[in-house]
Amino acid sequence: MSVKLGLMALLADGERYGAQLRAEFEARTGGTWPLNIGQVYTTLTRLERDGLVAVAGAADEEGRIRYRLTDSGRAEVARWWTEPVDRAEAPRDELVIKLALAVTVAGVDVASVVQSQRTATMRHLRDLTRLKVGAASPGPATDPATSDARDLAWALVLENHIFAAEAEVRWLDHVEARLARAAASSAPVRAAQPTAEDEALGGIPEGATGSASPARVTR
Amino acid sequence: MTTDAVLVLEDVTRTHGSGETAVHALAGVSLRVWSGELVAVMGPSGSGKSTLLNLAGALDRPTSGRVLVEGEDVTALAPDALAALRRRRVGFVFQDLNLIPSLTAAENIALPLELDGLPARKARSFALDALDGLGLRALADRFPDAMSGGQQQRVAIARGLIGPRRLVLADEPTGALDSHTGEDVLRVLRHRVDAGAAGLLVTHEARHAAWADRVVFLRDGVIVDSTGSPDSPESLLAGHGTRGRG
Repeated sequence: MSVKLGLMALLADGERYGAQLRAEFEARTGGTWPLNIGQVYTTLTRLERDGLVAVAGAADEEGRIRYRLTDSGRAEVARWWTEPVDRAEAPRDELVIKLALAVTVAGVDVASVVQSQRTATMRHLRDLTRLKVGAASPGPATDPATSDARDLAWALVLENHIFAAEAEVRWLDHVEARLARAAASSAPVRAAQPTAEDEALGGIPEGATGSASPARVTR
Repeated sequence: MTTDAVLVLEDVTRTHGSGETAVHALAGVSLRVWSGELVAVMGPSGSGKSTLLNLAGALDRPTSGRVLVEGEDVTALAPDALAALRRRRVGFVFQDLNLIPSLTAAENIALPLELDGLPARKARSFALDALDGLGLRALADRFPDAMSGGQQQRVAIARGLIGPRRLVLADEPTGALDSHTGEDVLRVLRHRVDAGAAGLLVTHEARHAAWADRVVFLRDGVIVDSTGSPDSPESLLAGHGTRGRG
């Protein structure tokens, strides 16, 4: 997604000037995506060029220009709501690349790479959880309707981070169990530390290790 | 206010069997849990999580090493003193609910107090307070089969924690509850710890462990890592000043 559609979605809600758009974008997305004002004006200029937004009336006494969505802008926003986000363009994840390389490069202690990442991700997950628990207690109410909607938006963003961190820990557990299984079946005697060579050979089919079960199935 | 850890494990080893067939469930584990601290223990099955919890609750004895609860070496206690410790000072929250079906919620919660010699009327009033604290007062006179799974779980927790217990032990306390109800359970646990108890939570769910102040990772009976090591209560207080009430 681009900032473009985010700003257009806000304009669909009513006319706004640049600084307002920036503040609302940040507030409504829980500060997860900070914008700078230059970025906002550059985007607005492009959208205006493409006929998706237009200037709404004259500048106010402070020289601020309000923008509104055009009909084609409105259609574009409507299309955005109905079309699923394209997941085929997966973002590059440094951790995935790091672990993929760790199992193929000689001399890397993969188990400790996994553990130190798990510890770091758990710490992150704990911090997110604290934020969430803290956010659950109501703060000073300003405009209840807006602040409720914003709290909800913030909670959703936060929970997305929580789910992502949790998924990462689960994946790391899985990686560890898989490494242990690969090590056990390719080198039963020295099972402690899988070498890079083990891992390079390690396309062990599921079930090849008999009764070995993934570590995650604890109950 | 004491600066001693509520729970201390000193170089604890628990071995099942002997000789060549010996299995080390725990091998030289040292851990301190302070008042106001919730520590989560994570690790794959067979890593020694439950053994650690059982030792902390004096449900099992270490092969070597010491376990201290509020400064008292529980490995040296006679069986009746141990039973009293478990009844009065240690709160257990396990996955299995085990509410007594023929008793109401309030009666279930009051039971440990009554067994401990408190008059029924007084025990009931404590039980009602506990239900109040969980927002479950309306369930006081309901029987377990008339409650949802989540309600039963929370009543079971209230029973596990009733009285002035300073050590709270939980083994996968959210069980098969949906995530929202599971969170309520953790909230109860967290609240109790914030009020001054020391908590040890065994879980394989990262999302649940994230409620803890510290996570220790257990593997093959050994602590392999930790998200931090508050070896003094001061470092705990520094972490989140808004929490501590006790």
